[in-house]
Amino acid sequence: MFLHLQQTSFQYEGRSFSLQGVTLAVERGSLTGLLGPNGCGKTTLLKLMAGVLHPHGGTVVFDGRSIATISRRELARHLAVVPQETHPAFDYTVLEMVLMGRHPHLGAFQLEGPDDLAIAYDALAATGTAHLAARSYMSLSGGEKQRVVIASALAQQPDVLLLDEPTASLDLAYQLEVAALLARLNRERGVTIVLATHDLNLAASLCHSLVLVRAGRVLAEGATRDVLTGAMIRQLYDVEADVRFHEASGHLTVVPIGRAQ
Amino acid sequence: MTVSQSAIPRVDAAPRPIRARLAMTVLSYGGLAVTTCLLAPLVGSTSISLSRAFDRSIPFADNIDAQIFFVARLPRVLAGALVGAALASAGVVLQALLRNPLATPFTLGVSAGAALGAMLAISFGTAVALGPLSPVPLASLAGASLAAAIVYALATKPGRPMSTSVLLLAGVTLNSFFSALILFVQYMADFAEVYRTVRWLMGDLDIGGLAPIAAVLPLVVTAFAIFAMLPSSLNLLSVGADIAATRGVDVARTQRLAFLSAALATSAAVALAGPIGFIGIVVPHLVRLMTGVDHRIALPASALFGAAFLVACDLVARTVLAPVEVPVGIVTAMIGGPFFLWLLVRKA
Repeated sequence: MFLHLQQTSFQYEGRSFSLQGVTLAVERGSLTGLLGPNGCGKTTLLKLMAGVLHPHGGTVVFDGRSIATISRRELARHLAVVPQETHPAFDYTVLEMVLMGRHPHLGAFQLEGPDDLAIAYDALAATGTAHLAARSYMSLSGGEKQRVVIASALAQQPDVLLLDEPTASLDLAYQLEVAALLARLNRERGVTIVLATHDLNLAASLCHSLVLVRAGRVLAEGATRDVLTGAMIRQLYDVEADVRFHEASGHLTVVPIGRAQ
Repeated sequence: MTVSQSAIPRVDAAPRPIRARLAMTVLSYGGLAVTTCLLAPLVGSTSISLSRAFDRSIPFADNIDAQIFFVARLPRVLAGALVGAALASAGVVLQALLRNPLATPFTLGVSAGAALGAMLAISFGTAVALGPLSPVPLASLAGASLAAAIVYALATKPGRPMSTSVLLLAGVTLNSFFSALILFVQYMADFAEVYRTVRWLMGDLDIGGLAPIAAVLPLVVTAFAIFAMLPSSLNLLSVGADIAATRGVDVARTQRLAFLSAALATSAAVALAGPIGFIGIVVPHLVRLMTGVDHRIALPASALFGAAFLVACDLVARTVLAPVEVPVGIVTAMIGGPFFLWLLVRKA
């Protein structure tokens, strides 16, 4: 088990939401989707996996060690996160944003060298943003920003990439592009990927396995073709949906029909 | 001439590597700061001869030029450089910590705390002096530390990242609270004390010797030693606390160090020269326009430029209405105020 949540519980102070004894396992090299309605705990799960939040009960185990015992710097060399949105307080250039991904690999007073620059340019190229290197991050479109943040995460050279709704603010073309990028990273570089998403068709086309979360509990977990069914979607979202295999796209598609009665 | 070959990836458009940029920055801004500090003592309402000032054959008691140079002007220039560097750096650090480009070293209530301390020392001043620090700087240092400690205690909970919104709101609220106390003490105080307080609030680098500088130097040196550890973490912190954590930054530790070092530098600067406004916001913004926003460049550049800027402002303060001196806080605010407004309008 590569990234493993064991009976983890978490509660935000002053909020009714809580995760109760969640157990789930992410295999090395897998591409896993987290699905569930708004406020079900997807982002909280990602933050627990990233060690940004600490569980009140249970443990998060990364590569055989409790994540609480791994230093931030060491963890960041193996695990990178792409948040939903990234708004820097200052107007960094794209290259500066991507080079920040080298932070966990540099010593306290060490400046990045030619190797780090090469890794940053490689990450820019992989996300199709090399031509933006000298541009200001704030001047980019939503899709470009998202790809630059993914490039910055890639500059960490992580084994695991956690993404929170990576396609939420993107138009159709960029959604496909980001999905293709993630599939390629997973296939060619062996990066383990976990993404939270509301886009069932993206999840169907991209993810090998899915975790369905509702109200802080895991409703179902397994291979995409087994878990993504009309019955499950009804349980998860209270929505009637037509799920069927789409010949041209080669994966399951989900067409929502209406709210379940 | 460079020959562009399409087969080779174009690197000629790439920005200069960080090493070269840092070296260039330190050389150019350091050169500016050193030049300003060397030239400033020579200029003033009384013209002095440098060769006469350094002439050992004339007894110091009789050498007016040497007295003006070593007693009046040199400590003043050094104080200006120290205070300018401290306030500008504290501004850079706090703007990153609070993720707010409009934060200043005085946003956290430090200046109002210092002012209250100074006011109390002026009004009820006993002869409490500690070494070379006279009662007023000592009391302002105490006030500044108290304010910083209150804000810090309000914004931190053990084992958690600091709440930057609480930090900001607590600082602003404490500022008004202390200001109200200052007004109350002023209301009760007599005319001469009120005048001294108002004069102190305008900021003054005429510190009358090197001893006060030596007294606050350990604080400033400690602050700068911490500043030196922060820049790459500040870059990430200004992008976002969560993303900084996942890029390997110990967020809680960085926030604590950033707050403590900025409060230390500000307290020392205010104790030495009073609350000189606008350096902490004007200089970081000017410097970022010139060097870019990377803190590894912008922080040292701001420290050096802040030193040069305040020494130059003080030069204007000493000479523009000579023989009358304008308080340096008025000069910095007269330059800083319109610039600040322009920034606000441009942002809107």
